Amino acid sequence: MTAPHSISLEVNGERVEAYVLPRINLADFLREHLKLTGTHVGCEHGVCGACTVRVNGEIVRSCLMLAVQVNGASIETIEGLSDSGEISDLQAAFRERNALQCGYCTPAMLITAQDLLRQEADPGREQIREHLSGNYCRCTGYQAIVDAVEATAKARKDRDKSRAP
Amino acid sequence: MNEQAKPQTLSELDRPNSYIGKSVPRPNLDRLLQGRGLYVSDMELPRMVHVVFVRSPHAHAKIVSIDAQAAKKKPGVVAVITGEELAEVITPWVGVLSHLKGLKSAPQRAIAIDRVCWQGEAVAVVIATSRAAAEDAAEFVAVDYEELEAVTDMRTALDATTPVIHASLGDNLAFERTLDAGAVDAAFAGSDEVVEAEFVFGRHTGVTLEPRAVVADWNAAEARLTIYQGTQAPHMVQNIAALHLGLEEAQVRVICKDVGGSFGIKVHIYADEMATYALSKMLRRPVKFVADRIESFNTDIHARDHRCKGRIGVNRDGTITAFEIDDLTGIGPYSMYPRTSAIEANQVVNLVGGPYTTKNYRARARVVFQNKNVMCQYRAVGHPIACSVTEGLVDLAAVKIGMDPVDIRRRNLIADDAYPCGSPSGLRFELLSHHASLNKLLAMMNYDALRAEQAALREQNIHRGIGFASFIEVTNPSAAFYGVGGAKISSQDGAAVRLDAQGAVFVQTSITEQGQGSESLTAQIVGSVLGVSMGKVRVILGDTDQTPYGGGTWASRGAGIGGEAAFQAAKILKRNILEVAAAILQSTPAELDIANDAVVNATDRTPRIELRELARIVYFRPDTLPPGIRPELMATRHYVPRNYPFAFTNGIQASWLEVDTDTGFVKLLKHWVVEDCGTIINPQLVDEQVRGGVVQGLGAALFEKCIYDERGQLTNANMADYLVPMSGEMPDIDVGHVVSPTTESELGAKGAGEAGTAGAAACVANAVNDALAPFGAVITEIPLTPQLILTALKRI
Repeated sequence: MTAPHSISLEVNGERVEAYVLPRINLADFLREHLKLTGTHVGCEHGVCGACTVRVNGEIVRSCLMLAVQVNGASIETIEGLSDSGEISDLQAAFRERNALQCGYCTPAMLITAQDLLRQEADPGREQIREHLSGNYCRCTGYQAIVDAVEATAKARKDRDKSRAP
Repeated sequence: MNEQAKPQTLSELDRPNSYIGKSVPRPNLDRLLQGRGLYVSDMELPRMVHVVFVRSPHAHAKIVSIDAQAAKKKPGVVAVITGEELAEVITPWVGVLSHLKGLKSAPQRAIAIDRVCWQGEAVAVVIATSRAAAEDAAEFVAVDYEELEAVTDMRTALDATTPVIHASLGDNLAFERTLDAGAVDAAFAGSDEVVEAEFVFGRHTGVTLEPRAVVADWNAAEARLTIYQGTQAPHMVQNIAALHLGLEEAQVRVICKDVGGSFGIKVHIYADEMATYALSKMLRRPVKFVADRIESFNTDIHARDHRCKGRIGVNRDGTITAFEIDDLTGIGPYSMYPRTSAIEANQVVNLVGGPYTTKNYRARARVVFQNKNVMCQYRAVGHPIACSVTEGLVDLAAVKIGMDPVDIRRRNLIADDAYPCGSPSGLRFELLSHHASLNKLLAMMNYDALRAEQAALREQNIHRGIGFASFIEVTNPSAAFYGVGGAKISSQDGAAVRLDAQGAVFVQTSITEQGQGSESLTAQIVGSVLGVSMGKVRVILGDTDQTPYGGGTWASRGAGIGGEAAFQAAKILKRNILEVAAAILQSTPAELDIANDAVVNATDRTPRIELRELARIVYFRPDTLPPGIRPELMATRHYVPRNYPFAFTNGIQASWLEVDTDTGFVKLLKHWVVEDCGTIINPQLVDEQVRGGVVQGLGAALFEKCIYDERGQLTNANMADYLVPMSGEMPDIDVGHVVSPTTESELGAKGAGEAGTAGAAACVANAVNDALAPFGAVITEIPLTPQLILTALKRI
C-alpha cells in the first residue's frame, strides 16, 4: 500500500503523468511535485479553505483529497484560472477594492467566489458572506471581499444585459 | 457662499501625481491575486533539508533521556539533534529590558535541555530530506519524561504552596508595576457612587493564515547566513541571530518576501526559529522550518489572558472622579525575546482611563510565570484590555447613576481644545479629537433612531444593544519602547530614493510589508513629492543587505516613521534633480518643478525636460553638463520622532447587536468606527486596516480562546475547535475619520494599524450588557460565548 502509484491527470489544461505515494494529498502534490505554489496550505485539516482548487469543475479542499484520487481528473488552480482570463474581472475588483492584504487566502477566496458567481448571477451580500464562510481571512475583516464579489456580479450582469439581443 | 461664484481651481488632490490622500490600488497586487507570490513556505533551495521538532506532550516535565538511535536510521534522515548538541552552536537568551524595572526571566534555549516548561516546547529536532520523512522519523525519537507539577492558574501562581517554575528566580513573579497618581482614596471617598467589577479576558492568538516559516542558509564558503523569514523586523532578526550564533551582524542577511499575515505574531524571536538558524550553521546547508497548525497554536505567542479588577468613582452629575485597577496576567514560563512579555501589562497600566479627564488613578499590574505557552505582544498590545476595563467601568457607572452612555462620555472625555496635555500615567498627548470623533460617530449611526428602534423591539421581546468604546492608541513609537531598555530594535527608519537611467524611481525602505500597504504608501509619498507617476516607482523592502537600517513594521509605525523618511528623502532627490535641470536649462531651481515625470516651469507648468532625458544626460553624457555640476540622483534620509515618545491617536467605536436570550448567540448587526490617525495617505488602506483590526477584536469578543486544562494541556489547538471570525457572522463596518496631523513630522501621519482591535471587544461587551439590561445581567468576561450569556441569564 505504500508503493508509489501512477496517476494521469490534467492540470490547468496540461497532461500530467506522475508517480505519487498513496499518502500524498492533492495540495502537497500541486505544490511540491508541480511547483504550483499558488495553492496555499493553512491548516491541513480542511477548515481554513486556503488550499481550495477546482476538480472537475467543483471546488474542493486539496488538503483533504489524496493525489491518487484525482487520477483521470481535471484540476484547475489559481495559476490556470489566472492565465485563462476566466477570473480577470474578479481579480481586478479585488485589486480596486483592496480585498486582500497578505494575500495568503486570496487564491482560494477567488476560486470560491467564482464558484458562487457561476451558480448565482445576482447574489446578495448575505449569500456572498455565506458562500465564503469556509474560507478564512485574518486580514481584511471580509467586507472588502464581499464588496468586490458583489461588484463583479453586478458588472457581469450589466455586461450580459448589454450583450443580449 | 454661492458655489458657482467660486473660481474653478484644482484641489491638491487633482494635481497630477498627487497620491497622498488618494485611494489608489496597491502596486503589485497581481502577484498575490494570481498565486504568484513568494511566501517562505513556498521556498526551495538546492540541498535544502526540512526540520520537524519533537515537542513535549507535558506542560512541565524533567527530560530523563532521549534515544534517537531508531529515528536516525529512518529513510531520508540527515540528523537528529538534541538541545545539548545544539547548545554548542547557539547561546541561550533572557527576555528582559532594563527600563521595565524588576522584570526577570530565566535563560531560554533553542531546544530544551533537562526540563520542558510548556506543552509544545521542543526537546529534539529531526532533519530529513523531506518534511514527511522527518515527521515519520520523529515518531521514533524516544523521550522519557518525569512529569512535574504544572503551574497553570495565574491566580495561585504566587501562592507559597505553588511550585516555583524557575528556582533561580525565587518566585513566579516576572514583573510588577504600581502607579498612584492624584488623590485616589479621597476621590473615591468623595464620590456619590463607586462601582467595581472584575474583567476577565480569554487567552487568544493571532492565527496567521500562513504559519511561521523560515529558511536558513549558511554558506560556509562565504561564512554568511541568509535567513528567509516572514518577519516584521528584519534588522532585529539579523541582530539576534548574529548575537547568539557568535557572528558579526554583517555575516547575517535577512530577507523577507511575502508574509502570510503577521499581526505581531511574527515580530518576535522564537526558539524553533533560532534552532533552525543554528542547524543550518551546524549542517552547512539550507534548512527549512514551517510550523504546522498544531505547532502554531502551541508555540505562536498567545496574548491577553488578563484578570483585571477595576473600580470607578462617579458623581451624580456624571463626573468620573477616579479609576483604579489591579491587573494580573500569566505569560507562560519565559518572557519572550527580545521584546519581553511585560509590555502588555505595562501598557494596560499606561492606558486605562486614557481618554478621560480625571487625574486620580491608581494601578497595579502583576505578570506571573505559568507552564503554558509564552505570551507576548499581539496586535494592539494592552489596548483591548485597557479599553475594555475603562469603557466597561464607564458604562457601569453610567447605569449606576442612570445616565446615557453617550452623556457620561461627553462629560468626561478630554476636551478637543485642551491639548497638549498629559494623562495621570504620564502619557503625553499632542492633539486628540475625542469629542469631534464622538459627534461624528453619533451622526453616522443615527443614534437617536437606533435607541428608538431598540425600545420598540424590546416590546417584541427582541433584545438588541448599543455599545460604545472610546480609545487611544499608541503609534509611531520612539526609542522609548525598546531602545531605552537596551534592545537592539531600531525606532528610526530610513529610505533611499534614486532616479534610474530611464526616469524610473527606486525606493529602498527599512519598513516591511505584510499586506498593510507599506509598499503602496511609500510609492504614493515618493510619487507625490517627486512629481512622478506611481507606476514608475519601485519599492524595495525586507532585505537587510539592500535597505537602510531600521525598525520595520510594527506598533503602527510604518506610515508615520517610514513614510516620513521616504518623504524627506524624496524632497532631497527632487532638490538634486532641479539643480541639474536648472544647469541644463540655464534656469534656476526655484523657477522649476517636477510634474508628470518631467521638469516643468514652476509658474505655467510648461514641460521643459523629461526626467528620462535628464537621467540620460546625467548617466551617459555628464561631459555635456556645465563645469562644477556634480549630479546626485540618489538621496537617503532617516527619521525618528524626538518630541513625543509616542504619537497618540484616538477614536471611538460603536456596536449594534442582537442577543438571542434563548440560545445565547450574539448576532452582530453593525459596527461603526471613527478614528483619527492624522494625515491619511491612502483612505482605503486606512479603512481596511481599521476593518481588519475590528474583526480581530470581534474574534476576541465572541469566539477566540486558547482553552487549557488544569494540567496545562491546550485542548483546542486546531482550527476546527479554536474559532475565528468567518465572513457569514461578521457585520459591515462603517469607518469615518477626524484628521489631526502630528506636527512632529512634515507628513503628519500617525498609525492606524491597531485602532480597530483596541476598541472592538469593549464596545461589543458594552452592547451585550445593554441588550441584557432588562434582565439585570452584567457580563465582564470575553469571549462572550453562548454558555457565558445563558449563565448570566440564569438559563443554565
